[in-house]
Amino acid sequence: MTRTFRPDNKFPRSADTTQMKIEGLDVHIGASAILKNVNLVIPDKQITCVIGPSGCGKSTLLRSMNRLIDSTEGARIEGRILIGDEDIVHSGEHITELRRRIGLVSQKPSPLPMSIFENVAYGCQIHGIRNRRKLRLVVRHYLEAVGLWDEVAERLHTPASRLSIGQQQRLCLARSLAVEPQFILADEATSALDPIASRNVEELFVRLKNDYSIIMVTHTLRQARRIADHVVFMYLGEVVEAGPAVQVFDDPQHELTKKYLSGAFS
Amino acid sequence: MKFLEEKIVKALMYLSTALVAAWVVSILWTILSKGWGSMSWEMVSQLPGGGFYIGKEGGFLNAIVGSLYIVGASAVLGLLVSVPVVFYLNVYLRRSSKLGYAARLACDVLFGIPSIVYGAFGFALMVALGMRASLGGGIVVVTLLIIPIFIRSMDEAARGFPREILDTAYSLGATRLQTIGVVLRQIAPGIATATLLSIGRAIGDAAGVMFTAGYTDSIPTSLSQPAATLPLAVFFQLSSPIAEVQNRAYAAAAVLTLIVLVLSVGGRLIMNRFSKNKLQ
Ligand SMILES: Nc1ncnc2c1ncn2[C@@H]1O[C@H](COP(=O)(O)OP(=O)(O)O)[C@@H](O)[C@H]1O
Ligand SMILES: [Mg+2]
Repeated sequence: MTRTFRPDNKFPRSADTTQMKIEGLDVHIGASAILKNVNLVIPDKQITCVIGPSGCGKSTLLRSMNRLIDSTEGARIEGRILIGDEDIVHSGEHITELRRRIGLVSQKPSPLPMSIFENVAYGCQIHGIRNRRKLRLVVRHYLEAVGLWDEVAERLHTPASRLSIGQQQRLCLARSLAVEPQFILADEATSALDPIASRNVEELFVRLKNDYSIIMVTHTLRQARRIADHVVFMYLGEVVEAGPAVQVFDDPQHELTKKYLSGAFS
Repeated sequence: MKFLEEKIVKALMYLSTALVAAWVVSILWTILSKGWGSMSWEMVSQLPGGGFYIGKEGGFLNAIVGSLYIVGASAVLGLLVSVPVVFYLNVYLRRSSKLGYAARLACDVLFGIPSIVYGAFGFALMVALGMRASLGGGIVVVTLLIIPIFIRSMDEAARGFPREILDTAYSLGATRLQTIGVVLRQIAPGIATATLLSIGRAIGDAAGVMFTAGYTDSIPTSLSQPAATLPLAVFFQLSSPIAEVQNRAYAAAAVLTLIVLVLSVGGRLIMNRFSKNKLQ
């Protein structure tokens, strides 16, 4: 899939840098520190896998990146998250525009209570695309991009909740892509899927990295080994080790990382 | 022993189900058997003619139309007020919000107030404003009466609303206001049910409209004219000493019941259509 095919130009890509830099990020929820002094560089147009035992703050890290953390009761965020040289934690840019640029695919497929067509069109509509013809083109384009078009072309106007779980997840991905993000955040996006559907989605991400920077939380080390270019290992709210996949997997610097990779804990 | 217990409980359940069914059937039977004799096309298609109240010609179209006007307008006004309130309570306010707690408590209190009190309140207000009993007054009072029902039942539906749906909409860049479309679709069945409940209560309520809408033999052509209603038609005709007029009360009651039946069956069909997209 290529972007040259884009059926509309509603969202010119602002800065073409899709590198993200996180500096001294702290997140508190209530009195407890969930993320502690996170420093990271998310490389441009690669797959960065975030691994670590459950409860270590992976989801919170992703939710900070698109400021969804704002809607968590009692959450406070400090530090900087830079896209290019713009700090999205303190940016004056409207948060809705920020979220458009950073797509999120959650663990459990989350179709909106609408038809398949409306699900994909929803994001475009809230960002001001009203033209039906244009919407039809966008919907088709992105359903094709996730390999769902042939399966649903005949029933675009039936409820999205009737799709299989794997189809729903690809639909959610198409929905995120339809607003032309620069980043895709995926939080254990394949963990609810059966092995075949899971492979499908995984391959999709590999193809998408030509155009997007992908940050993926994964629960299976094997998946990370298959697709990661970059790996971030977290433990108890801190980044223990981060670097190119080859290095982290084959030559981990930290005792904890070694233990985790060898399956001593999970 | 356990077996016996189960049998007794089962028998009790059958008994109470049968009781409820018998009750419904006997109400319908009383109304229909008494009302059927005087039920005619004339009854539902004509205004009261000369001598209607001593058993001569005419019908009670005035009451049917008056009731539909009042209930229809109140339902629309009630929805216009309640939907934003419910949306605000559930999307804008945090779960632990004190304001939300106070608003819900206020609604519960309003919900428990008998309709005659609403009627008296409306009446006092209209006297103070120098207004006479009118269609407009009836609409306002019935709207006030049903708003708490609307809010309570819709709020109930909205509280079960999965938060992930909101997060999904936010992560696509929706503002809180823009999530209303999503919220409404998900709780549409709840709204339909709320509308039914309130219409059912509003159309059968006599006390709220007695002083505020008044009664008349004609169909109101403006908001400031008085309007007849079905429950009052039943009430006035039933208090007549003439048997024929009393039977007309049952005919009016039958029409009232029929409207409620049509509303609830129709509402259920519409609801099924609405819940098509709902996530389980
Ligand atoms: N809304 C919340 N309120 C309080 N604590 C939370 C909340 N969300 C997450 N946490 C806590 O933050 C920590 C990190 O959670 P999370 O980011 O979901 O971890 P992961 O995705 O790595 O499993 C956990 O200890 C969790 O209990
Ligand atoms: Mg998680």
